[in-house]
Amino acid sequence: MRPFDYRSPADPAEAVRTVAGDPTAVFLGGGTNLVDHLKLGVVAPRLVVGVAGLLSTEVEELDSGTLRIGAGVSNSELAADPRVRERFPVLSQALLSGASGQLRNMATTGGNPLQRTRCVYFQDVTTPCNKRRPGSGCSALGGWTRNHAILGASEQCVAVHPSDMAVAMTALDAEVRVLGPDGERTVPFGALHRLPGDTPERDTVLGHGELITAIDLPALPIARRSAYRKVRDRASYAFALVSVAAAVEVRDGVITDARIAFGGVAHVPWRARRAEDVLRGSEVSDRRYRAAADAELADARPLDGLDGGNGFKIPLLRRTLAATLRDLVREGAR
Amino acid sequence: MTFLSAPDAIGSDLPRRDGPAKVLGTAVYAYETPADGAAYVHPVQATIARGRITELDTTAAEALDGVAAVLTPATTERLASTDDRELAALQDEEVAFRGQVIALVVADSSETARHAASLVEVAYAQQAHDAELRADRDDLYAPEQVNPTFPTDTAEGDVEAALAAAEVTVQQTYTTAMNHNNPMEPHATTALWDPADGGSLTLWDSTQGVHPTRAALARVFGLDEQRIRVVCPYVGGGFGSKGQPHVNVVLAALAARALPGQPVRLALTRQQMFCLAGYRTPTILRCSLGADRDGTLTALAVDVVEQTSRIKEFAEQTGVPARIMYATANRRTTHRLAALDVPVPSWMRAPGECPGMFGPEVAMDELAERLGMDPIDLRVRNEPEVEPGSGKPFSSRNLVGCLREGAERFGWSRRDPRPGVRRRGAWLVGTGVAASTYPVNRMSQSTAVIRRVGDRYVAEIGAADLGTGTWTTLPQIAADALGVPVSRVEVRIGDTDYPMASVAGGSSGMTTWGSAVVEAARALRERYGNEPPDGAAASGSVGRPDDRYAMHAFGAQFAEAHIHTDTGEVRVPRLLGVFAAGRIINPRTARSQFIGGMTMGLSMALHESSVLDPRSGHVVNHDLAEYHITVNADVSEIEAYWLPEHDPHVNAMGSKGIGEIGIVGTAAAVSNAVWHACGVRVRDLPITLDKVLPALEEG
Repeated sequence: MRPFDYRSPADPAEAVRTVAGDPTAVFLGGGTNLVDHLKLGVVAPRLVVGVAGLLSTEVEELDSGTLRIGAGVSNSELAADPRVRERFPVLSQALLSGASGQLRNMATTGGNPLQRTRCVYFQDVTTPCNKRRPGSGCSALGGWTRNHAILGASEQCVAVHPSDMAVAMTALDAEVRVLGPDGERTVPFGALHRLPGDTPERDTVLGHGELITAIDLPALPIARRSAYRKVRDRASYAFALVSVAAAVEVRDGVITDARIAFGGVAHVPWRARRAEDVLRGSEVSDRRYRAAADAELADARPLDGLDGGNGFKIPLLRRTLAATLRDLVREGAR
Repeated sequence: MTFLSAPDAIGSDLPRRDGPAKVLGTAVYAYETPADGAAYVHPVQATIARGRITELDTTAAEALDGVAAVLTPATTERLASTDDRELAALQDEEVAFRGQVIALVVADSSETARHAASLVEVAYAQQAHDAELRADRDDLYAPEQVNPTFPTDTAEGDVEAALAAAEVTVQQTYTTAMNHNNPMEPHATTALWDPADGGSLTLWDSTQGVHPTRAALARVFGLDEQRIRVVCPYVGGGFGSKGQPHVNVVLAALAARALPGQPVRLALTRQQMFCLAGYRTPTILRCSLGADRDGTLTALAVDVVEQTSRIKEFAEQTGVPARIMYATANRRTTHRLAALDVPVPSWMRAPGECPGMFGPEVAMDELAERLGMDPIDLRVRNEPEVEPGSGKPFSSRNLVGCLREGAERFGWSRRDPRPGVRRRGAWLVGTGVAASTYPVNRMSQSTAVIRRVGDRYVAEIGAADLGTGTWTTLPQIAADALGVPVSRVEVRIGDTDYPMASVAGGSSGMTTWGSAVVEAARALRERYGNEPPDGAAASGSVGRPDDRYAMHAFGAQFAEAHIHTDTGEVRVPRLLGVFAAGRIINPRTARSQFIGGMTMGLSMALHESSVLDPRSGHVVNHDLAEYHITVNADVSEIEAYWLPEHDPHVNAMGSKGIGEIGIVGTAAAVSNAVWHACGVRVRDLPITLDKVLPALEEG
């Protein structure tokens, strides 16, 4: 770990100014990912700016019905919030499927979407990685790709975004409130993360010094019938091989509306709009669920690699989406 | 040999004596040994798998505030012995595996040492490396013997002819993954070199054997053993990886000797443990079974391919359990190794038996399937009268009893043998069985001294408690041998200042140290009668085993597996083991050992796999987030039972070691249950969902 200075500013505005003033500076929230990276040498900032105490830890209901989640709200608290559990079960379930109890107590709403890929090569500074060191090459290609992308990857990077919460937020059309050196702005959650393209070092559209202050969840009646299904290699404390966030509205045996997002398959939490399009107006049937998955997976590209690569994710995701929708529809019919 | 025929303390459910200190956090582990002004050590590791260091620039590291020393091959003292190349740290510029230690930073804090280590600049002349184990390599070789001293190959009768003539055969290849021990406490040492009087070295080291560690270090440094003291009261797990000193102990000693009079601390990081602390080789087992229609085995062959490192041979005895499990006239076992540019493999819980009972016990299940026979009946059918090979009688052998008792408890008789026909909600359900075995090992040397101190007795022996219960079980043995209540016995272990004790390895601890304690007690009573005077003492040593008998523990493991019909997720909601392991010294600690082993077996079955990237030669999933170990949520119901087994031949206690048998056979039972659930034979561990998914119907 390279020695660094630590500052704890008085308020978010000062935190933003401080980070914006030093190109190596970073914000520290719950520290559940950044501290690992400091130890491993994945990042070596000269300045770490603590923000955990500066950000709202409240979930506030606005007149519009929107839930405004302070960036300082812990993952545990958010998952337990009765309004979230009732109106957005997919979000509560996604949060609870992530990490461990201890980590969820530390991790924040603002920090969670900004956690970085767990690609083993990204986390090992002795191996080339375009995300960590642009232009050095991608070690995952031809290596261990079990946990890597099947959608939206590039020659430069095949890593996936690790957050479960972000998958739910993407499906729910959440909005990210950001404070930057030039003032406040709002970013649709689905536009927060970037595909790797030729600049995999950039995970999100946020500029240096921009700080997430809150995430807004607009009222979304469809989300009351929603679920998160995470498939992983052990029963707990593992990242998703694939995951599905889904909300559906069903009338008279016909799906009238749907929100679908996938995790574990791309550099971003993957909003599955093609699948939604197929589902809207479809009768409820496994055949249609699979057709929806196939539409979304038409461009999927499996990766070769050690232990057989990650081609299994394509049928796994198709099956997981179908199962999630089947369970949701059945649950609603009760 | 004295046999304790009417024990009192032995068999009682005594709570762990070290429990409160561990729960309260007052038990002192190696790295936290109080030491004023300690310096901290961090290794620099090679980033190539084979080659030579051409340049090693320590300028920036040495310039850092707080750095006391940087040791490199050019500046490190020459060791007295470099015969063990794993321990020959910093002696030359050769790199033999990725992650090898090539320099050492000593600084006033662990953070500074780690940072300085990252500033050491290294240039290499890199050579092509080879880190890929395959059965079709043309450079496989037969080692002279396999761990520890078994013959490499055995052959009886004519296997090929018997297979050709057999009515039913199974010939399949099974693989187990590379596994790392991953004890919770990392490999850690606090070391002090006192330069006075020619110098003496003290190591507070997390080890499974203080005396073996001292002996190894004495050899490496050319020091009289009396100049080295090794202390280790508590160990946070070892599973074999602390059974022999790895290079980290030598590094700590080197750093201490570079800073005379100043204590130094070295704890490996989790990532470093994947290169420097041993591991279980991946194994490839070709299993061939031939049988008559009635299930009588006519041929049994296990041909093993596995890896070792180019600098030091470790030949896991994977084919050995097949030599004693079942009767057959035609048997072959072989071991072939590939010497690769990889870290040095070593002991991991039940080396040999653990991987070596995976392939054969799945093959037995496959044979039962082909014969249309119950897999328990098939095993019973092939019970040997005497130990195959040696022809010796078993001191006791209750495999059949374990299978029957387990079947009863598990509800096996209600089992429908057809695969893939039971469904509970979204899950396919199946059950499986496999046998377990582990030898009764006795080390050749160990001595205990028992002294009367006031109203109490103090037994001293340099034994280890790596979480197994020695602090509690040795007093039980001593109490019965002395004929006094256990509350009057204190035991002191984990220090080379006590009499010499062997390693806590091969499940040999109780047999070896317990025998020494019993002999010491016998000597004390012989000399002084039943009420020895204050200060009276006697010593006793482990004797030789009764080699007229073949001595093994046996067991049967039952598993229930659930396979999710949509996702292929594999869960094991129930494990049940029944063991026949002689007299159980302490049911509480014994149950811990059994269920701990079974949990680790479940972990091996479903999760554990060190992914070695052959391009770089290193394990890429080298942390506990990506190297999956079974977590609480994966383990639901787990039961361990044992049969009352009277065996006066194994040792004075009538006990067999139980630290390892619990992990033996678990993975096979799980694989067999997975087949029964969904009809897919998973012959390659771990059993992950991608291996069963293609066979599951959609929708």
